[in-house]
Amino acid sequence: MTVVPIADGLFTWPADEPSLLGSSCDACSHLSFPVRPGCPRCGSTAATVRPLGRHGTLWTWTSQEFRPPSPPYTGPGDDRNFEPYYVGYVELPGELRVEAHLTDFGDDRPVIGQPVELVVVPFAENADGDTVVTYAFAPSKEVVAHD
Amino acid sequence: MTEVAIVGVGLHPFGRFPDRSAIEMGAMAARSALADAGATWQQVQFAFGGSYEVDNPDAVVNLLGLTGIPFTDVYNGCATAASALSLAAQTIRLGEHDLGIAIGMDKHLPGAFTSDPVQYSLPSWYGDLGLFLTPKFFAMKIQRYMHDHGITPASLARVAAKNYRNGALNPNAFRRKPLSEEAILGSRMVNDPLTQYMFCSPDEGAAAVVLCRADQAHRYTDTPVFLRAAEVRTRRLGAFEVHSPSTPLEPADAPTVDASRAAYERAGIGPEDVDVIQLQDTDAGAEVIHLAENGFCADGDQEKLLAEGATEIGGALPVNTDGGLIANGEPIGASGLRQVHEIVLQLRGTAGDRQVPNRPRVGYTQLYGAPGTAGVSILTT
Repeated sequence: MTVVPIADGLFTWPADEPSLLGSSCDACSHLSFPVRPGCPRCGSTAATVRPLGRHGTLWTWTSQEFRPPSPPYTGPGDDRNFEPYYVGYVELPGELRVEAHLTDFGDDRPVIGQPVELVVVPFAENADGDTVVTYAFAPSKEVVAHD
Repeated sequence: MTEVAIVGVGLHPFGRFPDRSAIEMGAMAARSALADAGATWQQVQFAFGGSYEVDNPDAVVNLLGLTGIPFTDVYNGCATAASALSLAAQTIRLGEHDLGIAIGMDKHLPGAFTSDPVQYSLPSWYGDLGLFLTPKFFAMKIQRYMHDHGITPASLARVAAKNYRNGALNPNAFRRKPLSEEAILGSRMVNDPLTQYMFCSPDEGAAAVVLCRADQAHRYTDTPVFLRAAEVRTRRLGAFEVHSPSTPLEPADAPTVDASRAAYERAGIGPEDVDVIQLQDTDAGAEVIHLAENGFCADGDQEKLLAEGATEIGGALPVNTDGGLIANGEPIGASGLRQVHEIVLQLRGTAGDRQVPNRPRVGYTQLYGAPGTAGVSILTT
């Protein structure tokens, strides 16, 4: 069984500590995610790809309690066995806010402001039987030092 | 500059009509608006038509008459009708023509809208992951807003209950059954904090508005309504918008705020002057946020205003007196012209059971939709 990322150039993979890939505009330094061919601030097409930070805080969230229309959704199952999940925007300090699936919350509701970290998790199986993996954010496992 | 008057409005009821095409509904709304204006299709000099599902809204001329007029089709997501109205008004202001019509029509299947993210300049993976969806965006926007400004789920239920109540008074509405706040809060969770009955549904319907030079309005009606502003704006970098894989840390105002300010400036009218309001209530949270984005209250004041009933038909800020999108559903091309239809009835004093008391003189409409487009109009007696 092969493990394939949901898209090339979206996050560093394989990697022990994967990072999302953004693009920094060569003309105005505006940071974008995902890597894109035109800067939303100045319109320049020259940009440099760079990894984004792996840790952030939850800026907002919701639950997805119906199966998104397919296509375009390629997640597992069908309307009868759909498992709801959380999505949110994660604020990466000094960079930007990224939209992502939230994972490993168990029975806990997400809380705005809570620390989260980037993980790569199985998403679905493709037509070739490969496991497709995607990026997501999980509650931070880092122990935060308190003085 | 030439001023613009609305002299006729028409509506095909919103709902489900298995035996009728969107084009037929558009023609019926147009005939109704023309009859309201006492005008004939042969007098109409130009038209704008808006639809999501219909490739060529201008094909409605097959049913209305092949008169050879310029008929321009427009589409701007949920703000489609704002574009049709704004362009029709500009055509008259510029002196190009004296009498025209804006027509909106649509016929959607039930369920959340979807399409190909690549057509929105978004990567395919965004759709693969189930992120190319509008309901969860609206849920995330109100979730953050509630956190920042102390809005409770009870207020969301109040908004939805008010709109169902108003819809029950509107014979053209899709949903005409009042629902209690308890039933709304207790319905199936769709995208936390928004439950099933806090969302509008895509449906079917059509609406039309006949516009003319203000100095010719007396030829058609004794009760013209003047279109003082019809502004459309798209998102600026930093606004938190639907279909965004990322958003910058530095915030910018929403396109609704930009369209609203431009409309107030053009009209020379402020939010304190407005007597009756139509807001884009894609969901109950959107109506809460749009109250502030359009200048009708400060962020967070909605909690108190809603508890006091300020947005009810008899309140100080009557909002969505015809039930809004929540009770009418959203045939995209027609939705904004339905808003104008309601404001015109209210300003004429002919809104029947849902008439705002004390003869309102200033009305306001606002649309918002993907991928971050807003339209605002201001109308006066």
